[in-house]
Amino acid sequence: MDLFEYQGKQYFSRYGIAVSPGDVANTVEEAVAVAERIGYPVVVKAQVKVGGRGKAGGVKLADNIDEVRLHAGNILGLDIKGHIVRRIWIERSSDISKEYYASFTLDRPNKTHLGMLSAQGGVEIEVVAEENPDAIAFLSIDPVRGLDIETSRRWVAEANLDEVAREQAAQILVKLYECYTEGDCDLAEINPLILTPDNKVHALDAKVTLDENASYRHPEWEEYRATETEDPREKMAKEKGLNYIGLDGDVGIIANGAGLAMSTLDVVNQVGGSAANFLDIGGGANADVMASALEVINSDPKVKVIFVNIFGGITRVDDVANGVLEALKRVKIDAPIVLRLDGTNAVEGRSILAPHLNSKLVMEPTMLDAARSAVAFTK
Amino acid sequence: MSIFVDENTKVIVQGITGGQGRFHGLRNRDYGTKIVGGVTPGKGGTDVDGIPVFNTVKEAVAATGATASFVSVPPKFAAAAILEAAEGGITFIVCITEGIPAHDEAVTYNRLVEEYPGVRLLGPNCPGIISPGKCNIGITSGDIALPGGPVGIVSRSGTLTYQALHELSQQGIGQTTCVGIGGDPVPGTNFIDCLAAFEADPETKAVMMIGEIGGSEEERAAEWIKANMTKPVVSYIAGVTAPAGKKMGHAGAIISGSKGTAQAKMDALREAGVFVCANPTEAGQKMVEIVRAM
Repeated sequence: MDLFEYQGKQYFSRYGIAVSPGDVANTVEEAVAVAERIGYPVVVKAQVKVGGRGKAGGVKLADNIDEVRLHAGNILGLDIKGHIVRRIWIERSSDISKEYYASFTLDRPNKTHLGMLSAQGGVEIEVVAEENPDAIAFLSIDPVRGLDIETSRRWVAEANLDEVAREQAAQILVKLYECYTEGDCDLAEINPLILTPDNKVHALDAKVTLDENASYRHPEWEEYRATETEDPREKMAKEKGLNYIGLDGDVGIIANGAGLAMSTLDVVNQVGGSAANFLDIGGGANADVMASALEVINSDPKVKVIFVNIFGGITRVDDVANGVLEALKRVKIDAPIVLRLDGTNAVEGRSILAPHLNSKLVMEPTMLDAARSAVAFTK
Repeated sequence: MSIFVDENTKVIVQGITGGQGRFHGLRNRDYGTKIVGGVTPGKGGTDVDGIPVFNTVKEAVAATGATASFVSVPPKFAAAAILEAAEGGITFIVCITEGIPAHDEAVTYNRLVEEYPGVRLLGPNCPGIISPGKCNIGITSGDIALPGGPVGIVSRSGTLTYQALHELSQQGIGQTTCVGIGGDPVPGTNFIDCLAAFEADPETKAVMMIGEIGGSEEERAAEWIKANMTKPVVSYIAGVTAPAGKKMGHAGAIISGSKGTAQAKMDALREAGVFVCANPTEAGQKMVEIVRAM
């Protein structure tokens, strides 16, 4: 789960990382109230989970109440690469003498944590990595041992941060690592981490991705979940406990298993179609789950056909077939359905459905045949 | 032969009194696997359908001589269960648990490497391992596997593994061992571990490798194959059309920026001489063709 900047900053604050004083606003009036409280000049920043908001006009400096009103009004509702701005973050403007970069993430190949620190912040780290890889100081951290202050001090020196910034930066990095590990982040990134003319170091931006597998030990994440998704289909699927990702095509997909679901999207694409979603109904493909899945997909007006791709392992195909029939009794589906059922008890499962097949409920013997048949309905 | 487990492997089930542990543990026993005990703290001295239950792994190992463990406990307790198995003398741990926090996995993996270097962990979030006709640990349906080799299978995905087994078995092509390494970001056993074991196993003549988006294990495997593998490898990578930045069902199946795409993995494997196929069916057919030509 990706956090908005303001949520990331609030998350950082829990771990004692300094951020600019500010607050979130949903309306122009709220924005004005925040600005009046924290004092001018302020920066009005669009809260969207996509890069490039500055270029899109989503970050503006305001010196007085009229400018706050003007910018907040313009930014709220702005469309930034398909993301509509619903919230803005107002913070005290900072004078910047240097911009650094700092982040922690999992180093999957080495199965350790990876710290990245650079004296060249404020730009995308991928660009720095491409153009000037020596400007990034990489630190491999053993998850068992963690990051101590001595290592952190050596690291800021190695990254060539300005002398006056080093001790503060080293302290912040230890706190950021704590935020990353104890806070169960997939990514904790500060870009830029700034040095001000009065020699203070603090986080000017926050990018945090949380590991949802850890949500059981973070009840405080509930508030982030409420603001998480704008896609009504994903919202509905989440409420029904389904593993669903909305896409742009017109073939609705239901499959069991993440790998098979991904593979189904690929095969639909290979035969000239485009998937409307990713949906993994997991092992227990019973009537309840199937009905929920069909309901979510049916709610998507773009869907012209539904492709149900099931491979029975422990889940028996005859149970799945009964689940499909039961689900169709409960949910009225407008789009035609193409089924591919294979694996354990496939013969029994297919014969259960055989008497019910018609021009809008079609069975195909293989995944590829089913994909072709489904895509034909969209043309 | 088979890799990692065979007909002599003695297995305990951690979490045997839970719904999943009981269901799959008994299925594994029905398949012929030597399930010699179970572990549930506080339930020592009882039994599950004749399988003795112990309070700790240490007691279970002492009483049964088990060397393998099937960990089927909820995510909160899984990391501790894995470490308890290692400390208790188990050398092959299969963890099917889905939903373990990545940081717990990272700590557990590194503790195993440092404190118990002789221990192999398979998973977490994997379907397990089956050496057809000999031993089945995990949730794979034994019916779809065919004993006798000559194909070894290694995969990050459960259902695609079943599909691969099924495609081969239906054509009369058997398997030596089928290993599901799981879809999490910190797998205990990776592609290279399995490829090396299959390369060393005289009965395995060809290997099917099923990967997916996220991480760079497939690229590393490709390098290893190029340098070391003499047996033919057929591969399928899922997620060509997956959007960046979304976890596609598996915690580890995510394209980060430009990293972890299916295309990069397929290119690397192709360059290493692997037969890369466009879908699971095609991969099955290719493998059938290779085996029949042997």
